[in-house]
Amino acid sequence: MHKIFDSAVALVFVIGLMIVAAAPLRAGPYEDSLARFLADSYSDTDAAIGGVAASGHVMAEEVIRALQDRRLMMSPGSKTIVIKGASGALRNAATGQPLAAPPADLTDVRINNRVRRAIDAALGSLTLLSPDARRRFEAAQAVFKSRDESALPALDTAIAKEISQGVRRALSQARAAVILMQSDAKEADKLAAVAIVRDRGDQDALAVLGGLPAETAAPVRKAAADAVGSIQNNLALWSGVQNAWYGLSLGSVLMLAAIGLAITFGVMGVINMAHGEMVMLGAYTTFVVQEIIRTSYPGLFDWSLAVAIPLAFLVAGIVGIGIERGIIRFLYGRPLETLLATWGLSLVLQQAVRTTFGPTNREVGSPSWMSGAFEVGQITITYNRLWIIVFTLLVFVALLALLRFTRLGLEMRAVTQNRAMAASMGIRTARIDALTFGLGSGIAGIAGVALSQIDNVSPNLGQGYIIDSFMVVVFGGVGNLWGTLVGAFTLGIANKFLEPYAGAVLAKIAILVLIILFIQKRPRGMFALRGRAVEA
Amino acid sequence: MRIGPFPLTRILDRGAWVFLALLAAFSVLVPLANLLVPPTSPFHVSTYAVALFGKYLCYALLALSIDLIWGYAGILSLGHGAFFALGGYAMGMYLMRQIGTRGVYADPVRPDFMVFLNWPELPWYWYGFDMFWFAALMVLLVPGLLAFVFGWFAFRSRVTGVYLSIITQALTYALMLGFFRNNFGFGGNNGLTDFKDILGFNVQADGTRAALFFSSCVALALGFFICRALVTSKYGKVLIAVRDAEARTRFLGYRVESYKLFAFTLSACMAGVAGALYVPQVGIINPSEFAPANSIEAVIWVAVGGRGTLTGAVLGAVLVNYGKTFFTTGLLAPYWLFVLGGLFIGVTLLLPRGIIGTLQHWWDERRSAKPEPSEAPQTGAAPLTNPHPAE
Repeated sequence: MHKIFDSAVALVFVIGLMIVAAAPLRAGPYEDSLARFLADSYSDTDAAIGGVAASGHVMAEEVIRALQDRRLMMSPGSKTIVIKGASGALRNAATGQPLAAPPADLTDVRINNRVRRAIDAALGSLTLLSPDARRRFEAAQAVFKSRDESALPALDTAIAKEISQGVRRALSQARAAVILMQSDAKEADKLAAVAIVRDRGDQDALAVLGGLPAETAAPVRKAAADAVGSIQNNLALWSGVQNAWYGLSLGSVLMLAAIGLAITFGVMGVINMAHGEMVMLGAYTTFVVQEIIRTSYPGLFDWSLAVAIPLAFLVAGIVGIGIERGIIRFLYGRPLETLLATWGLSLVLQQAVRTTFGPTNREVGSPSWMSGAFEVGQITITYNRLWIIVFTLLVFVALLALLRFTRLGLEMRAVTQNRAMAASMGIRTARIDALTFGLGSGIAGIAGVALSQIDNVSPNLGQGYIIDSFMVVVFGGVGNLWGTLVGAFTLGIANKFLEPYAGAVLAKIAILVLIILFIQKRPRGMFALRGRAVEA
Repeated sequence: MRIGPFPLTRILDRGAWVFLALLAAFSVLVPLANLLVPPTSPFHVSTYAVALFGKYLCYALLALSIDLIWGYAGILSLGHGAFFALGGYAMGMYLMRQIGTRGVYADPVRPDFMVFLNWPELPWYWYGFDMFWFAALMVLLVPGLLAFVFGWFAFRSRVTGVYLSIITQALTYALMLGFFRNNFGFGGNNGLTDFKDILGFNVQADGTRAALFFSSCVALALGFFICRALVTSKYGKVLIAVRDAEARTRFLGYRVESYKLFAFTLSACMAGVAGALYVPQVGIINPSEFAPANSIEAVIWVAVGGRGTLTGAVLGAVLVNYGKTFFTTGLLAPYWLFVLGGLFIGVTLLLPRGIIGTLQHWWDERRSAKPEPSEAPQTGAAPLTNPHPAE
């Protein structure tokens, strides 16, 4: 025991000697600042961070990052600051050399919220000169939020060197924010800074303009107040745009779920309560396709949806034709019975899927081109939502084209308009009925592929959409695809604009009540068929 | 059907008498077999079974209310569970107020969930529910009023057929979403439960359960009688005319909307009573009772028993629910939905008249096969399926 103690003392002594020997050689702003960590007080730590960051030393960033991750330690006895590597290896912060043996009195450099803010600010100004444009941008954002005066020289150098437009804008905004905080800056500079911050126009800009120091001159205050007003207007506008975007997104989902229904209910007049289950089958088809690709051809994963779409169309379409031939054709002219039978069918399908795939959610992955997001102004747009909107419109256009330009579409419209006449012209109406139903179901299957990207794939997937889709079809008007389009997007957008005021559930209730009232006024929907078609 | 000189013979035909007699026997024998027969005897009926049968009777009353509007007026409501649940909530609120200081938080006025949510006082719509007569009134009024307002709007603007079905479904869906919310003031998704007393009697006690069972029998018999009286009257004839040819009836000068509205409102009140009797026997009411699936399930009870035959609705409700209990309490549980779904498909395709309707039809065929041609058109039961939906 005694011996170990002795050797520890000896070691400390040797290390101490080394530092004493090294100190005169290496003393500089970096080492001086580093030493302040040893004081073990938050204000000294704070100052030390600023000093280290300003020193421009090669180790500076590493030291501050270590402090941020609580890997920076000190040994008051030997006056050493030590960086603990991620693997636990110790290095001297002053020299960067590995430490042979840890000093006995090694303790963490303590941090609190104030120190954390200082760390963020310091890292912000440190990485302002990073070769990576993305990191420079992030650093500028960090400085904008911290408004740390010490970053000003670094900012000026960075702005002078910057080549990227976007990063330069971020840098000058950060500079403007810092200037606004300075007590000794010129009034003209401050007014220019207010203008720059105003152009940024987001919540952070509001925070900067709202938190001006007390001694700010009156003209600057006034300019800032104007800027706050204009930013708030701007933000309100953007939040409107954001609601509209969410509404479009919800509308496209409603549209996808409802468009197949618009064919079976709208064109054929058949209530298919199992429509939601066709959507579910499509989603499960996607799941199966992805499982096979994952186990057998992992390289093709990005193509999984392209494979799943035609397959889902086929699976749901064939099941749909089976339903029409097996059940629905016996019930034409008895809509209420059709409703009950197809409801029963939906229970059977749900339970069949539950016993096959289990009752829990199945994971369906997104291909790489569907993940991620980009920003437009103040809103974030995710790729999967964007693709779903595009996909919805494609499906819609394809369906319109099919109804208008193909022989099948012509025959479908003929049967819809006048069944007896169509039959006497030689159209096999029974076959057309089956194909129409298959088409509607197949489209529901495709919708399932898209919905598998944004919703849980579970046996109850379809049930969640059935009431909404009926609302869309009823609202838009039966027998009219354009009505479905307008209905879906109207309901989607109305829902999202009500949500901020009423909350999601109340917005939904309000929409349901509005539709109930709307049906009172126009029982056949917005785009009602007129004339003889009404009686069909 | 001949309209006889005495109302009672007109209202109650042989089948109706048989049904009422069976119900009366049931209402006396089951409680007696529970209370007086010792548990060791094979004739003893357990308290669990009494509550279960009581539940079936409430479902039967709900089925009866659906049959009145679907079977006789052609209104397929897929939201009747909403009226059932509203009646249940009215009763549940009375039962909550009866808990008093015996709740977890021992608040004399506010139910536990309000204390838990830090509500300073009772919301205004909970006032009066400490009195049984008030709650009983609300059991009839709330569903009735909702049905009246809803029906007034819907029938006046001639929303018929599947459109009406879909908006009734949307109605119950909207109510479900609302009742799931905590700040709606009805206990959120836990609903109302942990009841102690009804009219001063312990809800768990065997005697109370037997009394509730008896009350359910009486309510069912009363509901049956009212429905019979309606459908055999001149009003009932017009209602059937509305079902089979709405436009034609309107052109004959009848106010179709008023006929439908009365039937719809009455039916909602009956569903409310069914819900009110259901809650103390089951011991809980929560928003899932509003689920559209429940309402649609109730419709299939009617279809199984026979749409447009009141006894069929009762029989269907009891049979299907017995089947549900049988399937969902054993190893067969995963297959219940197959059976239920199969029932929906099978009954609509193969047995469109339902059990009682098919029997009646078969009986009438046999009668009309005998050489009594002049009697046939009058004795034939009303057509059960509607060959020409409203033109």
